[in-house]
Amino acid sequence: MAEERIDVKKTYKMYIGGDFPRSESGRTYKVFTSDDEFLANACQGSRKDFRDAVKIARGAFSGWSSRSAYNRGQILYRIAEMLEDRRDQFMRELGPIGFKTAEAEADINAAIDRCIYYAGWTDKYQQVFGSVNPVASSHFNFSMLEPTGVVAAFAPEKSPLLGLVSLIAPIIAGGNVCVILASEKYPLPAITFAEVLNDSDVPAGVVNILTGFREELAEHFSTHMDVNAMCYTDDLPKEMKKMIDENASLNVKRIVKRPVKDWYDEAVQSPYFVTDFQETKTTWHPVGF
Amino acid sequence: MKYPDFNQTIPIDEVGVEERVSRLNKRSIKKDSKIQALKMALSMIDHTTLEGSDSPGKVIQLCKKARQPHPAIPDLPTVAAVCVYPRMVSVAKKELKGSGIHVASVATAFPSGQAPLSQRLEDTKFAVEEGADEIDMVISRGAFLNGEFQLVFDEIAAVKEACGDAHLKVILETGELHTFENVRKASDIAMHAGADFIKTSTGKVSPAATQPVTLVMLEAIRDFYYDTGKMIGMKPAGGIRTAKQAIQYLVIVKETLGAAWLNKDYFRFGASSLTNDLLMQIVKQQTGHYQSLDYFSND
Repeated sequence: MAEERIDVKKTYKMYIGGDFPRSESGRTYKVFTSDDEFLANACQGSRKDFRDAVKIARGAFSGWSSRSAYNRGQILYRIAEMLEDRRDQFMRELGPIGFKTAEAEADINAAIDRCIYYAGWTDKYQQVFGSVNPVASSHFNFSMLEPTGVVAAFAPEKSPLLGLVSLIAPIIAGGNVCVILASEKYPLPAITFAEVLNDSDVPAGVVNILTGFREELAEHFSTHMDVNAMCYTDDLPKEMKKMIDENASLNVKRIVKRPVKDWYDEAVQSPYFVTDFQETKTTWHPVGF
Repeated sequence: MKYPDFNQTIPIDEVGVEERVSRLNKRSIKKDSKIQALKMALSMIDHTTLEGSDSPGKVIQLCKKARQPHPAIPDLPTVAAVCVYPRMVSVAKKELKGSGIHVASVATAFPSGQAPLSQRLEDTKFAVEEGADEIDMVISRGAFLNGEFQLVFDEIAAVKEACGDAHLKVILETGELHTFENVRKASDIAMHAGADFIKTSTGKVSPAATQPVTLVMLEAIRDFYYDTGKMIGMKPAGGIRTAKQAIQYLVIVKETLGAAWLNKDYFRFGASSLTNDLLMQIVKQQTGHYQSLDYFSND
């Protein structure tokens, strides 16, 4: 007679610098299904976890931003391939948090397609948005886009997979690195997505995913001097928005508010979401005779 | 003065050393004491540039930073010294005039030490004549590992003589000495031969300074003090990049040698990127916000 087997459950940890550490604070919080049943413990990321993640992201920036655009496209495409491969895992993860089978399938499909979409844009947005400018002196004058740097973002609360992917893809497509706070209520798909990233040749530190509370981390996301841009797509409480705006002025952080109601909408995939995190550099190059 | 027999080996308990270091690293230094520690560490830095590409311009820039580490905080201490190659000593000397900041120079065919003794002595004399207040010499590791302890001793004594009034720091290059016992022995030889400071590394060999090696050397300094009553300084160099590491070193010094060693006359950090991390942490303590290197000067 076979003995009853004890399940081996996955420990959901954060994703920082290509590793899966617990919070340095040792704190966790309980995650529930949409029917309020206990699902798992997630890490409650702290100020110091965020600091560590930013430091690591900064270290990854020069390598990632100097990859060829074509290579970044390959890697985004690879993410799509890996997502496709782990379909079942995401089905299991989305089910308990309120996605019906057809909805979960649609969510995963859309997430995969979104990676492909931005994979295509990596070597094209420069052509579309860069320019050669007519000037009235003997200069060759041209503008090109450069990535902003370290981007901190709140992932959408209600779209734990598609929303997350739709947020990350345009940021990294343009050569930025990011630190993302996963959906507070449903953080588990974000950690599983981190496993996908880890299997997709995305260099360590390019995407870092924390789990935890917005209320606790918003101040640190917005005050950190080494964060160059901050992005959120949900409608945040008024005081939090005000605090973020004020704190961002410390180092003139770029704040990208991108209200999204429906993540399936064609309008939420756009090359303008790549250019949201780009700086324009214009060069005056003397030309003579 | 009676010298110990350098052929005798003093055994070092490697596990014990590492345990002690890891216990000392658990000390929590926060708030006011942290600011104190950060400023103290800043005042102990030998702000260093030792690159083949060093130019007068770079050294001048380094000296300006030594005098005023961060203009946004005017009341910061200056660093202890600027450490350069002999050829750059006169540039640094001129730039630091009146600041009280010492000019240190590496000498004796740094970093390998593989030149005839006569040349190494010339190198030292040149640096001193150019105005160096401190000389960082390297020992002959090859001879040391061959067991030619008397030769190593004599060379250090000869360099000490060539230094005149300049302070002598003796670099053991612990990364090439293999064992703690060798580190201990090299420390003893250097101190008996006239070193004012003993220093871990050139920064050109990995591993450079580590905390366990530093502890072994600090204990050698302690025993030398008990035997002779002379206080010798300590300088870990290379690989110390963060304020957190620096504070850990200060704790190790305090707990091994006591507060008398906690000043720039007896303890130095040989580092180039540590300065900015200390500055960033000081500003972090003042403003509450994590800082970015974008807002601190490069050198």
